[in-house]
Amino acid sequence: MVTARYQTAFRLYPYEKVSAQDTGTPARHPVVIVGGGPIGMGLALDLGKKGIACLVLDDHDGVGMGSRAICFAKRTLEICDRLGCGDPMVDKGVVWNLGRVYRQEEEIYSFNLLPEEGHKRPAFINLQQPYFEQFIVEEIRRQQACGAPIEIRGQNRVTGQIQKDDHVLLDIDTPDGPYQIEADYVVACDGANSPIRSMLGLGFEGRTFEDNFLIADIRAKAEFPTERRFWFDPPFNRNETALMHKQPDDVWRLDFQLGWDIDREAELEPDKISKRVAAMIGQDIEFELVWTSIYTFRCCTMKDYRHGRVIFAGDSAHQVSPFGARGANGGMQDVDNLAWKLAAVITGDAPDALLDSYHTERKHAALENIKNSSRSADFLTPRNPAHALFRDAVLDLVKDYEFARPMVNSGRLSTPCTYDPSPLNSADALPDGPSRSRPGSPCSDAALDKGFLLDHLTGDFTLLSINATVPDDANGLKVVRLSTTDAADGSLATRYLGDNPSAVYLIRPDQHVAARWAEYDADAVTAALNKATGKG
Amino acid sequence: MAELTLRPNLTNSDDFYAALLEAHDGLEPSEMHALNARLILILANHIGDDEVLESALRAARTSSGHRTNRGEKDEPTL
Repeated sequence: MVTARYQTAFRLYPYEKVSAQDTGTPARHPVVIVGGGPIGMGLALDLGKKGIACLVLDDHDGVGMGSRAICFAKRTLEICDRLGCGDPMVDKGVVWNLGRVYRQEEEIYSFNLLPEEGHKRPAFINLQQPYFEQFIVEEIRRQQACGAPIEIRGQNRVTGQIQKDDHVLLDIDTPDGPYQIEADYVVACDGANSPIRSMLGLGFEGRTFEDNFLIADIRAKAEFPTERRFWFDPPFNRNETALMHKQPDDVWRLDFQLGWDIDREAELEPDKISKRVAAMIGQDIEFELVWTSIYTFRCCTMKDYRHGRVIFAGDSAHQVSPFGARGANGGMQDVDNLAWKLAAVITGDAPDALLDSYHTERKHAALENIKNSSRSADFLTPRNPAHALFRDAVLDLVKDYEFARPMVNSGRLSTPCTYDPSPLNSADALPDGPSRSRPGSPCSDAALDKGFLLDHLTGDFTLLSINATVPDDANGLKVVRLSTTDAADGSLATRYLGDNPSAVYLIRPDQHVAARWAEYDADAVTAALNKATGKG
Repeated sequence: MAELTLRPNLTNSDDFYAALLEAHDGLEPSEMHALNARLILILANHIGDDEVLESALRAARTSSGHRTNRGEKDEPTL
């Protein structure tokens, strides 16, 4: 028996019995991914494109109902570009850069998330999570057709796990009864309530915030602006906050802060929700409720993201408040970080220890996300009189004094993490090079005369040469040769050279900088490559 | 890097002290708190130096003259 925990929006991988269920001898798989959400499917796609055989086990047969995550950040779109599914997301999604903050009826602050030109992708798109997941699965289907070794098994629920010396034995339940499989590595992408984490008896430490928020996704033909609009103490939700954000298909995300002591059942009554919505958008605008939900939130993380042959990614490893869109976006960066490392270890190109750096780098990122997301939550949900006092003081000052505006915190929106403390980084050898491109940082995009920089940084480790001389077979690596004249807007120089006449960058498969120099030096590149693959 | 000055630094301490009291005249306790919070934010922005501000927070928290010295705040480790 595999009972459903939620309704599905799209049935993408109906249950099919496989012969492995009857053989009695567990089959061995290099990678088993538990959970078919965006993180699990993203990882499967990334691994499959690298030729690594992987099996996704999901206890449902498709994508869960409800918009849930709606804001996908530029870095996520860049990762999806690398995976081959960025275009349908951006085509379908609603592009936005502008956020506005109101107090009562008055606008007090606005921000533009992408003040810089020369990026292929916008700061954010809004897209309902089911579409995001569907586009990843569609790309998996295309890659499978080209021979990518990805398998998805719907309605396969993992019910037990035992770590052996050289593999993990998994118990799986299906509509046709249980069977077992063996995995060299298991990646648990099974969400914030991760059953795998529970089976291993591992903790999930952090804070719960005492507040409830109501999401009402509505369909309405309305001329509201394509902006993130956020209210403190609006007339339609006194003493609380509210948010309005556009999604595709004429759907709008409305979010109402409700406070802690509420009657949950009563608040979820469609009549009551409809009254709230009408008070917010205007009594004369017709709408229908598409999806409603009341959520509370926590900011939590596991201590270690790797436990032997079991690795945790996405919400199973760390959970944040929704303010700042750091959940799914953070999880996609886990995928970006883990896939190439897992592939390198499985093919024998890197030692097993490289996988430890996944924990080091992504825990660092998760703590950054938790810090930002907790601060937003503290601003929105003051936990004591002092929190409320200073929050209100900021809001009191903001209208007259510019200095207070950056203190208004309605969510610090997801930006990619720079892995400053990573053991994979080599010392920065580009004198006074731009800080944004220091070792550990994600490469900034740049508009070239033909296409964009990030489109060139795909696949394996890459040497990026700007105005430098690098031989054809340099260290057996792919070499991308550019000169500052390739970017008419000067962005290559600003983002990668500083005052240096030339630079050579060693770029990881996840488009993070491993090392950089002013000139090519074969020995230095070899040493940096060893370091970046856990051999140094 | 600037250091927090804890020696006398006001041109006329009595004048400032009187002005500070005067600013609170006629306010309810909640309004006094709000005024002080605004004042702290304005002054902090003017100082604009992380180290000085951290030293000031520490100095205010740990001065031996006040009875309810709670020491460092308990933050959950994440």
